[in-house]
Amino acid sequence: MPLPIEEIKKLIISSIPDASIEIKDLMGDNNHYSAIIKSKMFKGLNKIEQHKLVYKSLKGKMGNELHAFSITTEAI
Amino acid sequence: MEIKEKIKNLISENKVCLFMKGTPDNPQCGFSMAVVNVLKHLKVEFKGINVLEDEILRQGIKDYSDWPTIPQLYIKNEFIGGCDIVKEMFEKGELKKMFSNKGII
Repeated sequence: MPLPIEEIKKLIISSIPDASIEIKDLMGDNNHYSAIIKSKMFKGLNKIEQHKLVYKSLKGKMGNELHAFSITTEAI
Repeated sequence: MEIKEKIKNLISENKVCLFMKGTPDNPQCGFSMAVVNVLKHLKVEFKGINVLEDEILRQGIKDYSDWPTIPQLYIKNEFIGGCDIVKEMFEKGELKKMFSNKGII
């Protein structure tokens, strides 16, 4: 069951409250997304740690319901 | 042999190790294929490990690196990232620099 954009945003915000999130539905099928996520919480973290923060906020959905979710993170 | 041991052997025996879906010549997933293409473009020799052939390894590698997806790239025992990070590093020239700093190209 694909995951709608609003739910993805809600999940990320729940762990990364200051996140600014841009999500594109690449194929219009609620299943292939790319996202740009910016947050102060990324400061001082390397890329792997930044991405892990996002994956953890998705509470196990990454790699399961959410298969194709490309992310770019940026510390602000 | 316990899966963790098997993974440790794989990433220490192979300088560049890519846990992927499918094989380098026949990737079974767009993200795995993207990383294979980057490595081929940089003319890097690497070991492709098909996690689709081993369900225990497929989950084991995710636990090992605490990273939820495949593909996963390792260089000299170090987890570098999945498709997003490898592509980003490649586009910024950081990946090529890392390979040369580690004496691989």
